[in-house]
Amino acid sequence: MDERLRISTEEAAARSRTAADRFRVAASADGLVDVAVGTVDSPVGELLVAVTPRGLASVAFEGQDRDALLDRFARELSPRVVAAPGATDDVRRELDEYFRGARRHFDLRLDRRLMTPFMRDVLGATSRVSFGRLATYGEIADRIGRPTASRAVGAALGANPIPIVIPCHRVVGANGKLTGYGGGLPRKEHLLRLEGSLL
Amino acid sequence: MKRRLPPFEVFLEANRALVYRYLVAAVGPVDADDIFQETFLAALRAYPRCTDPGHLDRWVLRIASRKAIDHHRAAARRPVPVPAPPDRPAADGDPAADGLGQAVQAVRDLPERQRDAVAYRHVLGLSVAETASLMGTTRDAVRANAYQGIKRLKERATWTND
Repeated sequence: MDERLRISTEEAAARSRTAADRFRVAASADGLVDVAVGTVDSPVGELLVAVTPRGLASVAFEGQDRDALLDRFARELSPRVVAAPGATDDVRRELDEYFRGARRHFDLRLDRRLMTPFMRDVLGATSRVSFGRLATYGEIADRIGRPTASRAVGAALGANPIPIVIPCHRVVGANGKLTGYGGGLPRKEHLLRLEGSLL
Repeated sequence: MKRRLPPFEVFLEANRALVYRYLVAAVGPVDADDIFQETFLAALRAYPRCTDPGHLDRWVLRIASRKAIDHHRAAARRPVPVPAPPDRPAADGDPAADGLGQAVQAVRDLPERQRDAVAYRHVLGLSVAETASLMGTTRDAVRANAYQGIKRLKERATWTND
């Protein structure tokens, strides 16, 4: 008798997948999503982006632990994290334009809640390094009035929650070496070549 | 240590099939999709205030049960179209019902308590204790409601003729 009361597990999985997609669209339209996550294809791999009503909060490279990222959003932003299609369209469009060579700076609003106050200073100074230019860790440390803090600056840049859009890839070592990048050095090289800063 | 709420997306993926199976039994395959939307929208609204992150499956099933009850009450208040549709095997001409036994569709017509007892015990396969906790009642009441529900289903022509 029990068998006749059930729809199969496969059928429930398939139907609920479609229903969940419809739900995500409705939730976004109703303004119930505090953190909308979505993916963007790019030449440096698939990016996971997170957008809140305040703006873009996170860009993460392929290979970063996505479950851990979603947990962090839930903990530090809001548990109402939903893979809402549409909410990340503006970010996708600007990133596409950037990677096509049709955009030199981003016009996106940013949500800086995933940054410490020190990171906000460091990344604020970094945002003013324009397309095609480079700065050193020491120069960024000088600009925020902490001339001896270049190591801390390096750490803050490595933890940049919004890479590419906040161009931490434009910050290099005093000798011109690329030194390090949160997303790995090959990605830093790719971005700097795209911007003509590296031959 | 107090457990934290997982990201809603993780909760949705973990519970969507469970809720869907419950709703197919509770409101029938045609309306299951709409009530699924209402259930998860209500869950998303209330999510930051949810105080029981360890039992989110029960929490969302309780919401689904309330939405199913609202749905049945609203349907009861709606004027019956004239002429009333003749009784028909529910799978007949109903694309959403493909592959579903008529018995599934009979569950939705049971009284609330019997419907939930049958759905939780026999559709979702929960234990008597789990069902009692979910329904906020005793194990004896769960056994009685499930028994009455199944008995009523057996009495239905669509069930015995199936």
